[in-house]
Amino acid sequence: MATFDKNDDSVVVIIGTGAGGGVLANELAQKGVKVVALEAGGRYLPEDFINDEWESFGQLAWLDARTTSGDWRVHKDFAGLPAWIVKAVGGTTTHWAGASIRFQDHEWKALTNYGAVAGANLHDWPIDGAEMAPWYDKAEAKLGVTRTGDRAGLPGNNNYKVFEKGAKALGYKEVHTGRMAINSSEYDDRMACQQTGFCFQGCKWGAKWSSAYTDIPRGEATGNLEVRDRAHVARILHSEAGKVTGVEYFDKDGNLQMQKARIVCVAGNSYESPRLLLNSASSMFPDGMANSSGMVGKNYMRHTTGSVYAVFDKPVKMWRGTTMAGIMQDESRHDPSRGFVGGYELETLSLGLPFMAAFLYPGGWGRSFTTALDSYENMAGLWIVGEDMPQETNRVTLSDAKDQHGLPVANVNFTDHPNDVAMRNHAYARGIAMYEAVGATRAFPTPPYPSTHNLGTNRMSADAKDGVVNKHGQSHDIANLFVSDGSQFTTGASENPTLTIVALAIRQADHIAREMSAQNI
Amino acid sequence: MTKDMRGLTRRALLSRAMAAGALAVTGAGFIAAPDAAWAVEVTAIKPEEMAALMQMARDIYPHDKVGDEYYAVAVKGYDSDDKKAMVAEGIAALHAAAQAQGHADYLAIGWEEDRVKVLQSMEATAFFQTVRAGLVTGLYNQKAVWPIFGYEGESYSKGGYINRGFDDINWL
Repeated sequence: MATFDKNDDSVVVIIGTGAGGGVLANELAQKGVKVVALEAGGRYLPEDFINDEWESFGQLAWLDARTTSGDWRVHKDFAGLPAWIVKAVGGTTTHWAGASIRFQDHEWKALTNYGAVAGANLHDWPIDGAEMAPWYDKAEAKLGVTRTGDRAGLPGNNNYKVFEKGAKALGYKEVHTGRMAINSSEYDDRMACQQTGFCFQGCKWGAKWSSAYTDIPRGEATGNLEVRDRAHVARILHSEAGKVTGVEYFDKDGNLQMQKARIVCVAGNSYESPRLLLNSASSMFPDGMANSSGMVGKNYMRHTTGSVYAVFDKPVKMWRGTTMAGIMQDESRHDPSRGFVGGYELETLSLGLPFMAAFLYPGGWGRSFTTALDSYENMAGLWIVGEDMPQETNRVTLSDAKDQHGLPVANVNFTDHPNDVAMRNHAYARGIAMYEAVGATRAFPTPPYPSTHNLGTNRMSADAKDGVVNKHGQSHDIANLFVSDGSQFTTGASENPTLTIVALAIRQADHIAREMSAQNI
Repeated sequence: MTKDMRGLTRRALLSRAMAAGALAVTGAGFIAAPDAAWAVEVTAIKPEEMAALMQMARDIYPHDKVGDEYYAVAVKGYDSDDKKAMVAEGIAALHAAAQAQGHADYLAIGWEEDRVKVLQSMEATAFFQTVRAGLVTGLYNQKAVWPIFGYEGESYSKGGYINRGFDDINWL
């Protein structure tokens, strides 16, 4: 593994090592670009992962302070935990369930296709499906996505079989075991899925793709990538000319360090990335870095989610096998006759008993709640992933609260748009109907968990006044400052975001390397 | 986050436990099951307070197939010097709420439905919410209760379910 001098101003500094930062780091290193990746969390590999929900949560989850506000129920039930994401090398790619689906063509152009929606700040992405197709091809090959290329689908587990039968009983056609970054057979030096469950806790077999044990070590093996773990970036530094010059970070011992850089790429997920830009305010950039549009932190999206669990008169044992074991895509179309714009996917999901108790109905108690858990063994479950409306008032700002380093933490304000509510209610009703079609005796429309799909707080825009970054994730204001994670999403679409984050990172690496060669940055 | 198991015993000395009620306060810093199958020792709070806490825990998350010993483990953490004042105040408020609804005290109420009405009257209090929230992990994160719900926990050590029934549903 390479080691770079802190005064080496020729390196690209990447902040965060997940789907965006981890992939970007490897892709640049493979092209011969020198990279220092700074990761706030520690390094954990499959042998370290713990197949116990709370213990794993303590090991991997981002538990640094955050605050919340707004009407969302997460603010009431999990006020200090707005997101369920990971603080570790590999970021949330250790936790993700593996669903890897492309945006649909119409979703790249939400404003054009949906029309203006009152109260929403819809825009078209400055890129489209044709532009992204070759990058999606590369991303699917990197992740080994099932049902793409010549890769077979995964077998369906019990939870999927219930889901599939219910969906087909309702006439749904696009029902299958998903396009998953989980190997159905050995691929790219990773073994096949052993149907163990605990996908959310990190795959102990390495059958699920995570940058922690693929892109990161491969980037390191080039000699061009140095990963510094437990390095928490405090602020981005700039010159009098307004170019980024490096970063200050707290190392594992809490000492403030400085790393010079030719280029800085921010990939800390959609709370930490805008927080870092806002915390990097200076006399030249009093509203925060890259924020001439005022859009840093705004238009926070988290997908319209929710779950439906249902109990039957016989066992399902939904926890056996892959956590997200199948998908129904018929409702992901744009069809305003349903009472909302955009669409949603339904995907199977299971939680272990400890997390089911925490998330089935947060705050609930008494027989209504406990008789549901009494039937845990007979329970099936699904998760809703729908396009939510970007709203400027849903935003990340700096809180009055401080973290362990004395830095203002992110406050996350969120309130559903009426379109989000209408979509969620539609999805609840369809999910319940699916399970009732196969004999469910009781169903539970479960509220959204702390957010895993965090998007949009440094949005991409064609026009510099509408967003933070251009179509390459390059900030409109500062040429050598990039955003490389899901915070660059202009709109959220109805698909799990990781595949798109990875495709954008591969594409961004190409752009950065080309611009460096041309001496443009 | 499994709760501390110390303080739970199954000793024969508890044969002197009285047979009245679901739980017996033995008078020696213990409360025990009537059949002496288990007991919990308290050192900081009163045995009567532990008995009320356990009943409260069961009324908040009632599972008829889950024995009292698991509820005892779930609330055992309140038996500490730094929590005893909170417990004394909270249990006193619990009994007062019961009395306000015409009962002698909380533990004297025969029907769960009536105890739940008392709990509902104090649902907004910090004491109720602390106890309830603590039970979410204190009760359901005990590995010993998982089999009662059919939950199998980790399977990695057994090679996952690839050959052990991940798709064995037979009633669809």
